[in-house]
Order: sequence, then C-alpha cells, then structure tokens
Amino acid sequence: MSIRWKSWKELPLGMVIPEPATSLEFKTGSWRALKPVLDENKCIRCLLCWVHCPEPAIERLEGDRVRIDYNYCKGCGICANVCPVHAIEMVMEGGEE
Amino acid sequence: MSTIVKGRRIGLNGDRAVAYAVKQADVDVISAYPITPQTIIVEALAEYVNNGELNAAFIPVESEHTALSAAVGASLAGARVFTATASQGLALMYEILWIAAGLRTTIVMALGNRAFSPNINIHCSHDDAYAARDTGWIQFFAENVQEAYDLTLQAFRISEDKRVLFPSIVNLDGFILTHSLEGLYVLDDKDVKDFLPPKDPVNPIDPESPKTYGPLDLYDWYIEHKRQQAEHFNNTLPIIEEVFNEYYELAGRKYTPVKTYGMEDAEVAIVVLGSSAGSVRYVAKRLRRRGRKVGVVSLTLFRPLPVEEIIEVLSSVKVVAVMDRSYSFGSPGAPLFLDINAALSNAKERPLLFNVIYGLGGRDLTPDHILAIYDRAEDIARSGEVKERQIWVGVRG
Amino acid sequence: MNQIKTLRDIPTREQLAPGHRLCAGCGIPQIVRFVLKAVPDPKVVVNATGCLEVATTIFPYTSWKVPWIHNAFENVAATASGIEAAFKIMEKKRGRRKPRIIAFGGDGGTFDIGLQALSGALERGHDLLYICYDNEAYMNTGIQRSGATPKGASTTTSPAGRVIPGKLERKKDLISIAIAHGVKYAATLNPAYPVDMYNKIVKAASTSGPTVLHYFTPCPTGWYFDPSRSIEVARLAVQTRIWPLYEYDNGVYRITVMVKKPRPIEDYFKLQGRFRHLLKPENKWLLDEIKKEVEENWNRLLKLSGAST
Ligand code: SF4
Ligand code: SF4
Repeated sequence: MSIRWKSWKELPLGMVIPEPATSLEFKTGSWRALKPVLDENKCIRCLLCWVHCPEPAIERLEGDRVRIDYNYCKGCGICANVCPVHAIEMVMEGGEE
Repeated sequence: MSTIVKGRRIGLNGDRAVAYAVKQADVDVISAYPITPQTIIVEALAEYVNNGELNAAFIPVESEHTALSAAVGASLAGARVFTATASQGLALMYEILWIAAGLRTTIVMALGNRAFSPNINIHCSHDDAYAARDTGWIQFFAENVQEAYDLTLQAFRISEDKRVLFPSIVNLDGFILTHSLEGLYVLDDKDVKDFLPPKDPVNPIDPESPKTYGPLDLYDWYIEHKRQQAEHFNNTLPIIEEVFNEYYELAGRKYTPVKTYGMEDAEVAIVVLGSSAGSVRYVAKRLRRRGRKVGVVSLTLFRPLPVEEIIEVLSSVKVVAVMDRSYSFGSPGAPLFLDINAALSNAKERPLLFNVIYGLGGRDLTPDHILAIYDRAEDIARSGEVKERQIWVGVRG
Repeated sequence: MNQIKTLRDIPTREQLAPGHRLCAGCGIPQIVRFVLKAVPDPKVVVNATGCLEVATTIFPYTSWKVPWIHNAFENVAATASGIEAAFKIMEKKRGRRKPRIIAFGGDGGTFDIGLQALSGALERGHDLLYICYDNEAYMNTGIQRSGATPKGASTTTSPAGRVIPGKLERKKDLISIAIAHGVKYAATLNPAYPVDMYNKIVKAASTSGPTVLHYFTPCPTGWYFDPSRSIEVARLAVQTRIWPLYEYDNGVYRITVMVKKPRPIEDYFKLQGRFRHLLKPENKWLLDEIKKEVEENWNRLLKLSGAST
C-alpha cells in the first residue's frame, strides 16, 4: 500500500481510505489452526470450494483448477466439507502435510 | 450595511427568502422533512421543482434522520445539497450531524430556530443551534430576512470552497424571521451563477476511483483524523471572510463575523445572537443619545467562533452581558456565555461577565428588559462586583 | 447481466479482497462476492453498521474494490436513497453516469433499527438493490436477539433459561413487508444454493425501482456450530423448510427450490448450540409450536405460488 502516513497532516481528507483492496496487506493466514491441503489428482474441478470460500482464499485458475492462497486462508474447513470427492484435507497447521 | 445595493427589492418572509436563495443556487438535491417553523422552505422548494423552475431532485423523506442521511449520501456523490429543519428535527439528526462534517460533505441547512421539548413549543429558542455547536458545522446567524437570504447563498460558496469542505447551518429565528414578511434585495440569477458556479466536488463517489468512505477507525488513527478535522475547521475563518468580501463586491452588502455597534467607546456591552440584535441595538441607540456608553456585539458567525475579533472588541470593555436564548442545565453558563468567557480567558485585559437567559420558547424580549440589562451592567461596572452570574429576564416572578 | 446454469458460468473476477476480519466460516462474504459478480459495473455499495462493515473496513484496510459508503446503523436505505437521487439528477443535468446502487444491511439494520428508513426508500421507489444479510441476531455486539431471531433461539438477551427457553416471539416476515410496499421483485437466498442465488441477484438488479433480497447467513460464532459446517447448516435450513427459497416477481410467487420431503427440523437444530435446548423434553411444547409454524409458512407459500404439495 502506498498509504503510510506519518502525521495527521498527511491523512486523506474526509477520513476516507483512498485506495481499493488495501486489506490485501492484512494477512489473515495467521489465524489458521487447521490447514486445507488440496490433492490436485483427486480434484474434479467442480468449483464448489471456490464458490464457498468466505475470504476468498481459493483462486480459480485456467481450466477451473483451484489453488489455495495460504496468505488469507483462515482454516475454516468449509472447502474440505463441501468438496464432493474429498480432495481437500484439513491438517494441523505446522504438522505433516 | 452599505447602501450601494444590487438586485431587485421584493417582499418575502424568511423561509421564502431562504428557498429563493436555494433555487438561485441551482441545488441538485433537496432532502427535507416538514417541521414548523421551517416547513414553508420545503414547500416552496417542492413547488419550484414541480413547476420546473428548479432542476433538482426533491427527496420527500420519512424523517429528519433520513433527511440528513440522504443528504450525506447525495453530497458525497458530488451533488449540491440542501436541507432544512428545526428543534426536534435537528435533535433527530444529531448523530448524522457529526458524520456529515467528518466526511467533509458540503450540505447547507437552514435551521428555523425553535425550542426543544418539553413542553412542546414551536417558537424560538436557540437550543437546536447550540445542540449542533460541537459537531463541525459552520454556523451563521441571520438577524433579518435579508441576511437569511444572503447568508444562504454565501453558505453554499463557503461550504464548497476546496479550502473549506464543511457543511453549513444558516440559523434564522423561528417565526420572528421564518414567518415575518420583510422587504429585501435579491440578486439576479446571472449574478448568483457567477458567484456560485456548479459544485466541483472533491473526492466524490466515483466507480472509476473506488474509495472507502466512513470506515471503522479505532485507536490507531481516529485521533489523527479528529486532529486534522479540527485544524481544517479552524482554518476556515479567513476563507469565510474572503467570501464575505467577494459577496460585498457583488451585492453591496458587507458581512463580518462579528457585528458591532457603539463599541468604539462602550464601557458595557451586550453580546447576542440572531434577530434580537436589532432590538438590542435599538435600545442602545437611545441610551447612547443620552450619553451612556453602551455597545452591542452580535455574531453573524457562531462556528467557528471568531475568537480574535471577540477579544478585540470586548477585552477593554468593563462589563459584558452575554444573552443566551437557551439554558444549559448544571452548567455555570449557557453556551454563548461559556464561549465568550473562554474566548476572553487569556486576554490581557478582560471584562466582568454575566449571563442573561431570555426569550425561551418565543417569549418576547422587550426594550424594558434590555434597558434593565444595561442598567445592571453599569451597576456592576461601578461596583466592580458581579453578584449574580446568571439572570433570567421576561419570566413571571 | 445473464442468468447462469452452472457454477462455471459465475464470473471469476472478485471485487471483495481477502484480508477482511470476518470470522472463519462466516456466511456473509458469499453474498457480497456474488452480488459484486452478478451486478455489472459501475456500481456503488452502501453499508449499514454491522459485521460486514466493521470487518471489511478497518482503517486503513479496506476489502472493497468498488466505491463503498458507510454512514450509520439505521440509515443505509436513507443514504442509498440520497446517492441514487443525486446520481439520477446529475446524470440529467451534467451527464455524469449513474451507477447501480446496492445497499447491504444486517438483520438488526434491516428488521429493527433501519426498518423505517427502508420503508421510506421502498415507498419513494428509489432504484436500488437492498440486501439483508440475516444472521438472525446482533452478532457484531455479541449475539443479542433481533426482530429476525427465530422463535426458540437462545441469544445473550433471550437466553435459554429455566423459565423462558429462548426467544418466544416469531421472526418478522421481511419479504412480505417489502411486497406490501409494492416492490416488483423480492426473493430469499441461501448460500448452499449458489446458482439459485446468483440468478435471483441478476433478476433483482435488472428490475428497475427498489428490490429486496433476504439472505440466510450462517454464523458459526453466534449460532454455535463448527465453522466447517456453514454450508451444511445453510442447506439444512432449506431442506427442513425453515428457510424456503422463493421469489416474488411482478406479482407472481414462485418457490424456486421445491422441498418435497422435508428433513426433520431436529436435524437442523441439533447442529447449532442456539437451538439445542429445544430438543430437551421439557421444551417440546416450543419445538411443536415451531414445527407448526414452519409448516404453516410452507403451506402459505405453496398457496401463494399456486403449487401443490
Ligand atoms: S479453509 Fe476456509 S478459508 Fe481456507 S481455503 Fe478453505 S474455505 Fe477458504
Ligand atoms: S470442491 Fe473439491 S473437487 Fe471441487 S474444485 Fe474444490 S477441490 Fe476440486
């Protein structure tokens, strides 16, 4: 973010946040206790996890492949729960993958 | 007031004069709810819009809270916005007053000053104006219908000035000004257009440049935001004076933050807001003819309070009576009294002061009351002692 | 704006950025993401005070990629009215293009404190899409009951006590309130039915005048369930007929997800801490009352939509 102010004098008028999407600087991945691990071989590219991830921390890639962005994933486990083929497994953060 | 005046002379009551100014200002959005004594303003504006004389959106809202909330949205969107209210309506708007100022909207509001309940009353007190005093709105007080008109036009120009960007309230005493027919000069539409070009909004809502307005603001930045707002608000005074001067050149009527009468040599003075200034001046004139050194100070600009000017005109006076058309329970004085005291607090010389509560709920202020106030002020000047810090006038004993 | 057939048709572009502080497993982002996807640019979002507002805009962090305005709690519809009216007149006077106006309010901001402002906006006929994300209590202040809290639910101000077992009053019927104002389109939404939800947003946004969407918002924090089960809880709400999915489109009611054989209400209740007390024998009378009301409501909708059981 280009907005790092040193004094009240520099703050944007009207208390606004002048740029979009600055929350990208706030990495909510640190909230995670359980980590979703995706098995690409099992994935049938149904997009359910992408649809339901609240952050969104699941990216939809070319050919409807999906990728988990651990910078933001809070480890809620919804993706693992909605996946019809159990391609996502929740594991302890910092444990074996 | 100068005698070289431009424009046409017509007869209007205060509410209609404000509405006429709003029409000439070519506002984009009017968002208001009826409440006595300002209702005539919104009625007149609805008429202008529905008759095609004013190309504006009139939002017939379901409450004053919504009136101001919608006005905030419209102003942020980039529109020139007007609203009007009084008394309970202002009280219902209260939380949004702060938001309108903090988000730096440029709304202009006419406030037909009226007493707060209970008991319900439709006549003049300054409770509503005082309730808004800390909220970050610029506040003007009109003394007569001409001033209500002139100040409304100037308020748009001041609020929208890029060095200002704060909303404004034009106060006009309920019934005394809102409903009384007076002769006034109105400018030609073309002159108003030159003085007040279309609003050029700063940081308006724009999908091409998405911004977040009104976010959550915790201990990390909240105080810096307030600090900035405070500085910017206090810096508006010279710009207000600049616009007053420009308006003088255009209209031939000169406005100053502080209006004085007899203050060149006055030993005692009355400080007053709104329409009562005329009555006080009338009595002062009579007394001065008899050689009594009395003066009058009235504030056209109440927020930001013109502190330096107040010090300049009052510090060498012996006694000052500050008149408040409102009461502040449990406080050592009503709001204007506190303000004048605070303004003078570090002056090298300072007068003795006392507070006069008058006119609540439309009670008349008579020449006899004013005379008694001057008598008391002179007594204090002689004895050097203020026995009662606060007195009430015009109350059945 | 197109209706979709499968999840594949949902646009990929996101206009809500991650990094927001909504709870893990929160149901709110799904409606926000979908609305931002389904409603074409240019658009403006107006937001009432509530979970969505506080969690997505903590200065200087914002998750929004569209203009976003928060004024106060009870006035989102009022603020949106002003923005709509302003853009409309500015388009006429100065040719500034009018964006679509979207308002988000929680259940507190919609059913309770903001109902008057919403009523005014609907009556005046502003061109705006109003979405109530309903998590059935004041979650932002810590799970207090609202006019949207369903009968039987335990909240911090309607706790399941020994004498009074949770909230005893019914939930207000937001859609009927909206319809009574003469809106042309209103519908219920549920995150477990994403295609249905997407298409209703498209319909609402392409209807001129005010439209109202009522979104079922699973809240793991306030309903006491495991966050991973958010969508499961949401689906059960539909399958038990507790949250019927239907729309009102220019005078015509239609149940959009027909539930032929409902699941037992207990299946939905037992997943959530806020309802678990209803499964105790001493509270059977309340459970029976709820069951009866759910059935009545379903039958009412069947009748309104001219469908048969
Ligand atoms: S665990 Fe939750 S936050 Fe993480 S990717 Fe899955 S759905 Fe998204
Ligand atoms: S839900 Fe499972 S199968 Fe579907 S896209 Fe995600 S990981 Fe692949």
